[in-house]
Amino acid sequence: MLSEFWEFLTTEFLVTGDPLILGAQVSIGLASIAIIVGLTYFKKWKWLWKNWLTTVDHKKIGIMYILAAILMMFRGGVDALMMRFQLAMPNMEFLHADHYNAVFTTHGTIMILFMAMPFMFGLFNIVTPLQIGARDVAFPYLNALSFWLFFLGAMLFNVSFVIGGSPAAGWLSYPPLSGLQFSPGVGQNFYIWGIQISGIGSLATGINFLVTIIKMRAPGMTWMKMPMFTWSVFATNIIILFAFPILTVTLFLLFMDRFAGTHFFTLDLGGNPMMYINLIWMWGHPEVYIVVLPAFGIFSEVVATFSRKKLFGYKSMVFAMLIISVLSFFTWVHHFFTMGSGADVNAFFAITTMLIAIPTGVKVFNWLFTMYRGRIRFTLPMMWTIAFFPCFIIGGMTGVMLSVAPADFQFHNSYFLIAHFHQVLIGGVVFGYFAGMYYWWPKLFGFTLPDRWGHWAFWTWNIGFYLTFMPQYALGLMGMTRRLSTYGWDTGWMPLNLVSSVGAFLMGAGFLFQLLQIADGIRKHKENKVGADPWDARTLEWSIPSPVPEYNFAIVPTVDSVDQFWEDKQRRANQQAETPPAYEPIHMPKNTGIPIVMAVFFFIAGFGFVWGWSWMYIPGLIGVAACLVARSFQYDTDYYIPAEEVNRTETALRGSV
Amino acid sequence: MNKKPRSLSKIIIAAVLSLVTIGVIVWAMFADERGRYVVLDPKGPIGDAQRDLIIISTILCAIIIVPTLILVGIIVWKYRDTPDNKSKYTPNWSHNTTAEVIWWGIPILIIIILGAVTVRYTYATEPSKPLASDKEPITIQAVSLDWKWLFMYPEENIASVNTLTIPEDTPIRFELTSDAPMNSFWIPELGGQMYTMSGMAMVLHLQADEPGIYKGSGANFSGEYFQEMKFDVNAVSDEEYEAWVKEVKDYSEPLTEKSYEDLVLPSVEDEQYFSAVPDEMFQNIVTKYVVDKNENASEEAAKE
Repeated sequence: MLSEFWEFLTTEFLVTGDPLILGAQVSIGLASIAIIVGLTYFKKWKWLWKNWLTTVDHKKIGIMYILAAILMMFRGGVDALMMRFQLAMPNMEFLHADHYNAVFTTHGTIMILFMAMPFMFGLFNIVTPLQIGARDVAFPYLNALSFWLFFLGAMLFNVSFVIGGSPAAGWLSYPPLSGLQFSPGVGQNFYIWGIQISGIGSLATGINFLVTIIKMRAPGMTWMKMPMFTWSVFATNIIILFAFPILTVTLFLLFMDRFAGTHFFTLDLGGNPMMYINLIWMWGHPEVYIVVLPAFGIFSEVVATFSRKKLFGYKSMVFAMLIISVLSFFTWVHHFFTMGSGADVNAFFAITTMLIAIPTGVKVFNWLFTMYRGRIRFTLPMMWTIAFFPCFIIGGMTGVMLSVAPADFQFHNSYFLIAHFHQVLIGGVVFGYFAGMYYWWPKLFGFTLPDRWGHWAFWTWNIGFYLTFMPQYALGLMGMTRRLSTYGWDTGWMPLNLVSSVGAFLMGAGFLFQLLQIADGIRKHKENKVGADPWDARTLEWSIPSPVPEYNFAIVPTVDSVDQFWEDKQRRANQQAETPPAYEPIHMPKNTGIPIVMAVFFFIAGFGFVWGWSWMYIPGLIGVAACLVARSFQYDTDYYIPAEEVNRTETALRGSV
Repeated sequence: MNKKPRSLSKIIIAAVLSLVTIGVIVWAMFADERGRYVVLDPKGPIGDAQRDLIIISTILCAIIIVPTLILVGIIVWKYRDTPDNKSKYTPNWSHNTTAEVIWWGIPILIIIILGAVTVRYTYATEPSKPLASDKEPITIQAVSLDWKWLFMYPEENIASVNTLTIPEDTPIRFELTSDAPMNSFWIPELGGQMYTMSGMAMVLHLQADEPGIYKGSGANFSGEYFQEMKFDVNAVSDEEYEAWVKEVKDYSEPLTEKSYEDLVLPSVEDEQYFSAVPDEMFQNIVTKYVVDKNENASEEAAKE
């Protein structure tokens, strides 16, 4: 009995036999022990539980999202570097083919779903309520639950490389490759359940922020007076609302194929793999707009603030964003022009794809003309925004080239495509989120990040980026296909691949410089302390102290213009005499441990389903249900912060400015 | 920006520029015949059309993006916040109908032109459309397997694995399918790729205008040894082609149902030749999964 258990543990349960993975297992073990010992030694468990694990404060949830995103960026980045190391020279024997396949699968999945998405949700959480003058999101409890579902879903996906084995069928897991016949291990199950659990969280976040924006705007903030970032969150959440249910259903059907022997996506008994490919891209293509639209919102805020100018063409910007969110649902077939659906279908989807370039181009021009006749300050958020322009313009152009259906027959699945989507995803999404992180950092923590390492990071990232991806366009035109784990000397691809790999390691260095910058910032936080409005900014979030008190606005503001705070500042410069505010008690939600407990049960159920252990997934599901019941009997969910306490906090915070 | 980081970034720029230079030199040293931009230097009519389209779309896009890139540089430089900057500053200027009409209008115009060109080429180069030629097209059936390509020549009744020989200047009618996870059949120098999917037979017409050896590969990830799914396409004269067919017939074993069953198992294979192919082999591979359905249907019919 015991020997059987031991055998299962060492052959199936734990991934063995690869020194790289053994190293990872050991370091994960050591790090976990260090964290547990550290928390116990410094008696921080209670603090952690009270302040973070049970919090429903949208700002803290936002911080946790971004922390998780940075952690995942590290993991996905290490994957990227392993791939680039493997491809630096022909016939490299660093990674075995199967391991390489697992690495690119996890790289793609992690970067999109567990890096970009949480980074985005983090920024939503931190900024949206503050920009619209709200004290919280519409459903604070659901918000905490969303975070923990995302986090434990991500962890479930991540443990696969040390327990059970990573998925290796590509980041979108096309069947039949991802079916039981061709991927017999548990890797695909980890993929399905990791994404499924975090996907429920994403959908809930989408609904939460839609309601927040619709219902909780400050008095006077009509639709056309909403700040641009909030508009982008709104457009994004509309896409989430329609796209994520497709993902949930698709993954569920794939799971049924693997778990219950159905044939939705396998040819026997009339299933169809192309059905999966259509469905997954009906989610997958809108998904790229989900992650890029908030970045557009960030650029709009940053450009206006650091050019000291009103955003140019506000209405055009809103209109363009909404067009993009609608069009994003009519382009999915461009991911498989080569499946032989005929000229009519290809022509239609080629045109709908190209159309997206129009509103996107308009946005670029509007940003340019926001800078035009302004006064541009080269702060870090602005530098990342400026770096975005050339990167995204070139990436956008190659995107249009890819949309030309007959030409796409040559680009498809080649490194040209890889270069294109990394250029728009890194140049658009990552650069945008970095700009957002640097921009709102002082609002969250009350100090700015020092520039020194930030400049290092900026230049290594950017130069590394062009070195990595420009050669890949060329490699695509040389006929190099994606997901190759090795290539021969006879191909002539070595020099460009080598340059590309050097670039990737530079980007890795850029990421390390950012970590250094954050560490340096924390070390020097006292000297870099700032007041409410360090950037001389324009929107409401800058009118309240940094860091923001838990209730956000002591007095709910009234709004009559897009750049409310800027207008207020102008007015205040002209006339004087502010009446001292009369504070009232503030209604707040109470912390609750149910979201994290429920997410842990989801994790247990997911882990049980991954291994097909009914003794584990049944209790897991019961636990989830019990949490739902427990919550519905929880009557004491809110409290009031007394007016005196608000007064005290405000005086202390304002006084320190 | 204070002074220090600027000097640091200068060092980085210098270091990177030297790396790039080294890279370019290394590349130039190794860039022989094989490191060619095959997509831009095709050897067949479909590839030619696709190259033309790539160039047209690049030019059309460049009409917008080159001026925009220049504009970014000029605006960022001209309106930077320095104490002695004398350029105009209009903090509240945020709308201009003419300007916005122009930059909605120009992209719309370009996309209309590009769209029209795309639609024309989409119909003209539709893969299932036969190529105009005096010569009769030759049919070759390509099957993607784990992890090799099986090519069958129904007219010659021969087959090969991981190597293709075709007559130059003759249209080839490829029929594509898969007996493994889907893949994609791609010979960049002759023209764009096409998916191979089990249960379906896709048609792709290609032609080589001149003799030569062209590289082909599977372009869609299909599992562990997918990178081994590459093959040479030997385009030869008609006489050489006939000689080759004869040679294959004379000097190799036939492909049988039995040997196909072995071939279909996951493995990496060298080039192989077969002197004969079982009847209806390709159709049987395509309809492998449909059979059940028919049985079900006939069973149900029998019940009634």
